[in-house]
Amino acid sequence: MTLTPLPTSIDATLALLAKADYVADRSLATVLYLALRMGRPLFVEGEAGTGKTEIARVLAKTLGRKLIRLQCYEGLDVSAAVYEWNYGAQMIAIRLAEAEGEGDRERIEHDVFSERFLIKRPLLQALEPDPDGPPVLLIDEIDRTDEAFEAFLLEVLADFQVTVPELGTIKAAHPPIVVITSNRTREVHDALKRRCLYHWVGYPDAKRELAILRAKVPGIAKTLSQQVVAFVQALRKEDLFKVPGVAETLDWAGALTELDVVALDPATVSDTLGALLKYQDDIARLDGSKVKALLDEVKSELRAAE
Amino acid sequence: MAESQTSNQGRLAENILYFARALRAAGLPVGPGAVLDCLEALSVARIGDREDFYWTLHAVFVKRHEHSILFDQAFRLFFRKRGYIEQLIATMLPEAAKTPPKPPPPGAQRIQEALTGGLKECEEEKQEIELDARLTVSDREVLQKKDFAQMTAAEIAAAKHAIAKLALPLDLIRTRRLATARHGHMIDIRRTLRASMKAGGAVIDLKYLGPREKEPPIVALLDISGSMSQYTRLFLHFLHAVTDARKRVTTFLFGTRLTNVTRAIRQRDPDEALAACSAHVADWSGGTRIASSLRAFNKNWSRRVLGQGAVVLLITDGLERDADETLGFEMDRLHRSCRRLIWLNPLLRFDGFEARAKGVRTMLPHVDELRPIYNLESMTGLVRALSGAPAKGYDPKTMLKQVA
Repeated sequence: MTLTPLPTSIDATLALLAKADYVADRSLATVLYLALRMGRPLFVEGEAGTGKTEIARVLAKTLGRKLIRLQCYEGLDVSAAVYEWNYGAQMIAIRLAEAEGEGDRERIEHDVFSERFLIKRPLLQALEPDPDGPPVLLIDEIDRTDEAFEAFLLEVLADFQVTVPELGTIKAAHPPIVVITSNRTREVHDALKRRCLYHWVGYPDAKRELAILRAKVPGIAKTLSQQVVAFVQALRKEDLFKVPGVAETLDWAGALTELDVVALDPATVSDTLGALLKYQDDIARLDGSKVKALLDEVKSELRAAE
Repeated sequence: MAESQTSNQGRLAENILYFARALRAAGLPVGPGAVLDCLEALSVARIGDREDFYWTLHAVFVKRHEHSILFDQAFRLFFRKRGYIEQLIATMLPEAAKTPPKPPPPGAQRIQEALTGGLKECEEEKQEIELDARLTVSDREVLQKKDFAQMTAAEIAAAKHAIAKLALPLDLIRTRRLATARHGHMIDIRRTLRASMKAGGAVIDLKYLGPREKEPPIVALLDISGSMSQYTRLFLHFLHAVTDARKRVTTFLFGTRLTNVTRAIRQRDPDEALAACSAHVADWSGGTRIASSLRAFNKNWSRRVLGQGAVVLLITDGLERDADETLGFEMDRLHRSCRRLIWLNPLLRFDGFEARAKGVRTMLPHVDELRPIYNLESMTGLVRALSGAPAKGYDPKTMLKQVA
């Protein structure tokens, strides 16, 4: 089994991402390339729906590595993130030892707290050797957990090791590729960020968004895709509580193709606005006349560009 | 040959060092470790052009989205000279080392001078830019700095003492984490097993876990408009002491605009913290635009600081000049995004205060609690006002009924 080698330049990183239909800009390719070469975790922050999680998925897919995902949530603790003892099996082992007349406490304890009874959770799995090469560890939405867990991660990310009191320290022979994402619902501590390479994933410009749309929704008509992108770009300039992300653009384009729409008209836009805007106030703000005005503007711009 | 490479690299390192220093002067938290990281990144990145150079430095030095703008400005000013980056990049390429040692390129001395000069220039220009931005926003604003009287040692001691007694309503939230508890509701199998091991597994001694409780984050929104100016110092002092005592406190000041002063107020010394706040804020003792400030908060900050069951302390007299439905709308949104909204109104200390002002009436339905302050002379009074159960008669609903 041969390993897929890591990219050797920024251009190669860009090409690697493009192979899996991920249209990245050069800044992302640069920081990703550095993270891979320097063996540093990549910390990506940005609004929801801008393709942060996708980076890790694409990386795992194109490099042929295993993707290990740790979804963070409030109350995430060591037993769910790192390891847990298999208590049921341990109880049985103790009973069996008793039945066999084993009275040596030290011996039972040693047997019961061995690797055989250890249930490995994502962080520990990521430190294990893998025939396909070090896995991609995705720590998703780290802002959802609390500071205590963040502090725990410092050890894992700095030395790629985990300490299990009963067993000792487990260290990765080959450190995994780590991608951490955050929606910025709270500020992650600088100490953690310092260990990572930071990247802010913003909304793409029209050209890149069009490329993303065509890569992800292959059957889409040319005019429709241009109109969709121009409309969403115009919408992002409006004063909205939550402007649509790339994920919303893709959803909307998918919905429009399902409805066999070939070109946008105000009625269709108003009917399908729920795919783009997720707050009632935002939808209320964009009434029929506003949609029509925006759409007219978009269409005249597109015509001028031709 | 080897010598030229080291000297080249030395120059690169020096430049990065100067650049890091410029960033630090501009307010980015850049430590010496970042400089080392940056040199490592530059050596592995094998940079081709200016853009790659930019993003490599960006990847290492920028750790927060809002710092991107500062970085961008600093980068432009610092590496302004045309062809300078290309030269730097050339020094990093392995080919550069292969060519025979050249005399130092013409202008090397000048570049050095430009660099050290550039550092000063960069700071100056940045200040200018900031000033410009201030003057463009609105001519209605009164822009001024505030001088606070210094804290006396007794005041500081009293503040610490009082804050230790501060207990906000609903001040503990249950987290979803578990902690060891004698009368918990879940069995801690891990400890149980360890304990029973002591007896060789014959006796099973049950150990328990219960939910862990902790203090929720506090988000303070403090009105610093003219009508509030006599209380500002006390409130800032209070917020400084609270920030010192608690882990998660975020402070915003608003008059005609909203400013996040959390970092400034986190400084250890109260005088320094207040001075830093004063330097950050441009609209002391001016008019009030509660609705637009709340709007700015809701849009840009609420999703970032109101997680994990935050309590919002809204400190304002509620005297909004143009109170319209946007005020109600933004109050409603704020109310729905936090766990508890407490309005602290210094006007309430006057007997017979009734919610007559339109702004006050608009805001009242959207707060969970309205707190009066009987004695605003001291921190103890403030802490007392915030602690414990709300006094009767100050329930927002009864107050509204009185008005109606």
